[in-house]
Amino acid sequence: MFLRLHKYLEQKSFALLLGIIAVVSVGGLVEIAPLFYIDSTIEEVDGMRPYTPLELAGRNIYVREGCYTCHSQMIRPLRDEVERYGHYSLAAESMYDRPFQWGSKRTGPDIARVGGKYSDEWHRTHLIDPRSVVPESIMPPYKFLDKAELQYDDIIAHLSANKRLGVPYSDEMLAIAKSDVETQLDPMAEDEEGFLARYPNAVMRDFDGNPDRVTEMDALIAYLQMLGTLVDFTEYEADLDENLR
Amino acid sequence: MSALTHTTANPHIKTDESMWPMLFILVPVMIWAMFAAAGPGFGTFAGVPMKFHAGIMLTALLGGVVYIIGKMGSNPPTIDHSRYADKVVKYGVIATTFWGIVGMSAGVLIAAQMTWPGIFYFDGAWTNFGRLRPLHTSAVIFAFGGNALIATSFYVVQRTCRTRLAGGSWPWFVFWGYQLFIIMAASGYLMGITGGKEYAEPEWYVDLWLTIVWVAYLLVFLMTLAKRKEPHIYVANWFYLAFIVTVAILHIVNNLALPVALTSAKSYGVYAGVQDAMTQWWYGHNAVGFFLTAGFLAIMYYFIPKRANRPIWSYKLSIVHFWAVIFIYIWAGPHHLHYTALPQWTQTLGMVFSIMLWMPSWGGMINGLMTLQGAWDKLRTDPVLRMLVVSVAFYGMATFEGPLMSIRYVNALSHYTDWGIGHVHSGALGWNGFVTFGALYCLVPWLWKKKELYSTKLVEWHFWLATLGIVFYITAMWGAGISQGLNWRSYTELGFLEYSFIETVSPLHVFFAIRTLGGFLFLLGTLIMAYNIRMTIKGRGNATSIVTNAASDPVMPSPVPSTLAPAE
Repeated sequence: MFLRLHKYLEQKSFALLLGIIAVVSVGGLVEIAPLFYIDSTIEEVDGMRPYTPLELAGRNIYVREGCYTCHSQMIRPLRDEVERYGHYSLAAESMYDRPFQWGSKRTGPDIARVGGKYSDEWHRTHLIDPRSVVPESIMPPYKFLDKAELQYDDIIAHLSANKRLGVPYSDEMLAIAKSDVETQLDPMAEDEEGFLARYPNAVMRDFDGNPDRVTEMDALIAYLQMLGTLVDFTEYEADLDENLR
Repeated sequence: MSALTHTTANPHIKTDESMWPMLFILVPVMIWAMFAAAGPGFGTFAGVPMKFHAGIMLTALLGGVVYIIGKMGSNPPTIDHSRYADKVVKYGVIATTFWGIVGMSAGVLIAAQMTWPGIFYFDGAWTNFGRLRPLHTSAVIFAFGGNALIATSFYVVQRTCRTRLAGGSWPWFVFWGYQLFIIMAASGYLMGITGGKEYAEPEWYVDLWLTIVWVAYLLVFLMTLAKRKEPHIYVANWFYLAFIVTVAILHIVNNLALPVALTSAKSYGVYAGVQDAMTQWWYGHNAVGFFLTAGFLAIMYYFIPKRANRPIWSYKLSIVHFWAVIFIYIWAGPHHLHYTALPQWTQTLGMVFSIMLWMPSWGGMINGLMTLQGAWDKLRTDPVLRMLVVSVAFYGMATFEGPLMSIRYVNALSHYTDWGIGHVHSGALGWNGFVTFGALYCLVPWLWKKKELYSTKLVEWHFWLATLGIVFYITAMWGAGISQGLNWRSYTELGFLEYSFIETVSPLHVFFAIRTLGGFLFLLGTLIMAYNIRMTIKGRGNATSIVTNAASDPVMPSPVPSTLAPAE
């Protein structure tokens, strides 16, 4: 019976093609599709917000440089990892990440919660010459980031693309995205209150030590300094039923 | 005059009209590339690179359009349907060798960067590890592996179907279109144009171009199957077909994205966070399952029986393991996401299916190895057959190690460490590399009509250097991975973490040095192969030409030899 069916498939190329498509579709449908519909896939947490325009630009640089090839952003709920890196990562913490950057290799440490752990100056020095602060480091140098002007003329289009995909940027956020890049870099900015209302808990300061220029270094450090700092873990109860997945 | 009489005398020679429709694809894409190259070069980053990147595409497509118009305009080419289309396979053999050297060299370079960061890192952005690593993985998987798959599939489907490739000049569209994809992907990575998802890094427009090329590939392959003269579809073709169609599905679903602007290099994927992770590893693991496994099993199913001159050991086993492999593989992706924020039920499904996958994988291995029954003695004298057989042994080893590492508790140790890198390379170097080398060593004398290879002794050198290289590579990675994994979770008597992160990095230096040496030896073997292939094509040494009146083989009139017919 089985062999006779196969004898048929073996002699009909289109039937064979359809058979293959049917067989390879099952696994993906069962594993992927429910993730879009089961509510508990992503926890309800306090504090998550979309990236500020500067952080988004910094994140794009992180992706561009292939940082994910050596750094993970996914702390597993294992004793040593939680002690080394902090609270294990929640699905909610990467809900605005396109693409996700969980990574698959730790040639360097996990940086899901690196935000706030080192000073801006440390990051800048480390990125320019990693071995000047960590002699045994095998990380590449990123001197060129310090010299490169950040191109953010079209930052609105970036926010707008994210908004169309479902990230809750408001029309106001879109409209002033470009000046928000500059606002975040200026601790004396007039619109400080407005900015912090749009992006609660955002860190506002000049990141690369040179207030006169907006560099790629500014953007990347702004991104690194906010990593893992958004969710309010004093409010988060891991043991609640709705948070068990 | 004589050519004209020949044309009228041979009813199989027909004018090739298939090039015109290609313009419907090339011209619109070319117009887009023109806008993108002239455009503002949008991008929060990579403004100038986008102009340059689109410029590369524009130049290549313009060349294609000019070539087609020139070719079709003056004297329309003819195709002899009584002969196989072998020239495109020859190009594929050379492209495979070339990209193999490029991809492996990039691998050796980045291995050296991690070993001696003070020497091999340069200040420029283009040569940093984060940009070269995707170049290495894409070049070996998609450029070296992909060209091997396209070339061998074109060769095998013609022989086992006893018909010329369908689609006239479309196989050439597939070949050159695919090379353009590779060049766009690789140059993009160096300029920082990347989607940031492993093994799926090309940006949206390069993805779209690959989709066009891949659909053309599927159609050429399928239409060749459809017009076959042989009643049964040979087992190698089931695997090729599954590889082609599933890779199309994976590629399209995983890369759905919204570009920032039509002339921008940057796009944002439609999935985010946890859904993106699941989709990506469904794609990523099945790039292994269908690109690096199903496709290469097809190579095994043709070249081992051919070289050993024995039929496939068990026809029934090939049926069972084919359907089992393609059904089960698709589920295995979540084992890349153990202990992550992916829901536990999905992780568990991924683990269970990964363990189940062991059985059908070994079904393939057993079928390949047992095909040598009665021909084992050939392993002593024929290093090409030995390479093919050892590749199957490495396949067996990697498909045992994989399920082991997919067990959650093992994964807690192995994940994020070099053990994973070692595992990938035992599959990539041992299985994909060796089976490709074996197939190339078979193909070159067959295609270029030589009695044998230029030098069998050089094949021996290649075999042993590469084997030694693999042994260095994977043992170094086991050492590095397991020791670092243990150091990460090591505690002092007082209950504190024993090592800071960097203290777990410095001991890796010696392993990284051994790994670099291993990779270098493997590359050296490939260079020797390239030399051997070159000398064979030139007809030096033992590679004396077989006298023939045609550049390509005639379509076989009789049924395929019994070694390639179903055993029952």
